[in-house]
Amino acid sequence: MQYFVNVTLTGLTEGMVYSAFALALVLIWRSTRIVNFAQGSMAAATTFIALALIQAGQSYWVALVVALLSGLLLGAIVERVVIRPVEGGPELNAVIVTLGLFVAIQAAIAIVFGSAFQSFPTPFGLEGFQIGDNRIALTPNSVWVIAAVLVTMALLVVLFRFTRIGLAMRASAFGQEVARLLGVRVGRMLTLGWALAAVVGSLAGLLIAGGEFVYPAYMDSLIVFGFVAAVLGGLDSPIGAIVGGLILGLALSYVSGYVERGSALVNVAALVILMVVLLVRPGGLFASSTARRA
Amino acid sequence: MSDLQSPANTTAESNRAGGKASEDAPTEATAGADQPTATRRRSLLPSSTLLRHLLVLLIGAVGAVVLLETTDPFTNSQLATLTYYAIAAGGLTVLTGMNGQISLGHGALMAVGAYTTALFLSADEPLPLPLILLAAIVTATAVGALVGVAAARLHGPYLAGATLALAVGLPGLAIYFHDVLGGEQGMRVRAPRAPEAFESFISAVSGNSATNTKWLAYLGAICLLITYFLLANLIRSRIGRTWRAVRDQEVAAELAGINLGAWRVLAFVVSAAAAGLAGGVLALVVRLAAPSGFTLVLSLALLTAIVIGGLGSLLGALLGSALLVFLPPFVTDLGTGWGLDNTEAAQLAPFVYGVVLIVAMIFAPAGVVGSLRMRWLTRQAKRSAARASRG
Repeated sequence: MQYFVNVTLTGLTEGMVYSAFALALVLIWRSTRIVNFAQGSMAAATTFIALALIQAGQSYWVALVVALLSGLLLGAIVERVVIRPVEGGPELNAVIVTLGLFVAIQAAIAIVFGSAFQSFPTPFGLEGFQIGDNRIALTPNSVWVIAAVLVTMALLVVLFRFTRIGLAMRASAFGQEVARLLGVRVGRMLTLGWALAAVVGSLAGLLIAGGEFVYPAYMDSLIVFGFVAAVLGGLDSPIGAIVGGLILGLALSYVSGYVERGSALVNVAALVILMVVLLVRPGGLFASSTARRA
Repeated sequence: MSDLQSPANTTAESNRAGGKASEDAPTEATAGADQPTATRRRSLLPSSTLLRHLLVLLIGAVGAVVLLETTDPFTNSQLATLTYYAIAAGGLTVLTGMNGQISLGHGALMAVGAYTTALFLSADEPLPLPLILLAAIVTATAVGALVGVAAARLHGPYLAGATLALAVGLPGLAIYFHDVLGGEQGMRVRAPRAPEAFESFISAVSGNSATNTKWLAYLGAICLLITYFLLANLIRSRIGRTWRAVRDQEVAAELAGINLGAWRVLAFVVSAAAAGLAGGVLALVVRLAAPSGFTLVLSLALLTAIVIGGLGSLLGALLGSALLVFLPPFVTDLGTGWGLDNTEAAQLAPFVYGVVLIVAMIFAPAGVVGSLRMRWLTRQAKRSAARASRG
């Protein structure tokens, strides 16, 4: 029973990170109909910036803020320079461009920061809380992870629901032509959308890195998990992305917790879940449209 | 005369064969693949497609022998590497170029072929090599069919994501079944020795010593020539035309009674077969089948090869594969020259792949071959228009 609780808690914590990452993908998908496969590499880049700052003696929080800001900048630059020319074009071109970014940024990280495994610090402890005689798998760090993701989501809700700029962004995503006629600077909104998504993605990258080893390709699995979570939720729905992330986190945690040598199977399990969802319920759990049929 | 020139004839011919270009020059990424079909002009080459391809095959075979016998052993091993990249890229060309489906999972399918080959070769009394490679093809085809059935329902980013999950997930199986598949270390491959006939052939042709490296390069070249011959015929056949119809005009194709899903699955199966063979050749050439050999970067490198060559052209796939082989040593040298250490310089190659993908998609979506072909077609169109106005 205690084991089950611990596996579940681990799954929920990791699921929160997948949710955040899936949310970043959904933000971009809603506004530009592009799946940003470079999201993982971009997040890894900002994580390495944070790591360099921490190694230079800065505090975790300074590094976090700088990493998120550089994520913002990176997202905006990427959208302006390489995504803008293929926006609205054939979807294969956009896919290939984001894949090119994916591999280019990953290689650039290896060139600048080296490809060795480096440990990434956490701001809080990794010892589980004590409840009675048992130590549970909920650590101060996982509380921080969950809180950070929840606060980010709340901020996004506030932004999109209650601010003019959020309204303008929703309008640009909903109908570019109409939004433009109403005086919305659609181009700027798209750039802002990519920048915000990159911030959320960077946060997910920093959270998953905490207490682990990072190397240039450490986000490869997360991009897959984020994509699976987003597709579980229907790729169009932010709520779906969050629920999808939690479901995926739990499922993968059970696989690695209950199957012998299951940790080697986590990526395969994600693949199986994705295939089942795409074949059985191609609209995802929360889809509002049937956009994915060929 | 080089190995690279042989399919050049194919495109030259197909260009010669198609005299007229359509007014609306295609602009999509896959447009470079379109073979013009119009009045045939006089040509020295046989008019039958099969005969023409056989002729090219023959030239290619002679070219391969000349190339392999005039170059040093290191280049020979580089050319062996080129053959498996080119086989896989050829398969991907059919899938992405002809049928418009993207796949990031071809590295994983190559892994299936490589592990199958390694398993069969590890037997005490291994089967004959052609049978083993056939087994690699069959296994990869089976996996490809499974993926293809799922992929046929997907498009664009969904397909990319699903095949990305395949590329990241499948190598995990090699670690899970580490008793059989060797885990992280992978499986050593015992490459079979060259037959006697090969040694006498080499000594008769050039008098060079028939090393095992040379034998593997020849083996790769033979597989490459056969694969490209079959694929070229497939592309020019009714099947190829149907694939293009599915790619370009879904609705019209469906109205014409084409079952879109079935044809997509077929394209996936064909390209998976090529990937399986490529994996088998890779296992023989590298003499190792390990998860680290089939990373995402491999799949993305294959994608780079077909994009830069021009989506949908086998010649483009071959040129792109040559780039994959000859570019990394070049940029690595450049990197060490700039003061990077070896591991950092080794990352320059994937960096260049990424940049090339981005730049190609933004500035020349039709790739090298496609852009040249498009320019040629435009010139032809202008010329025929001028002729028409004069006449």
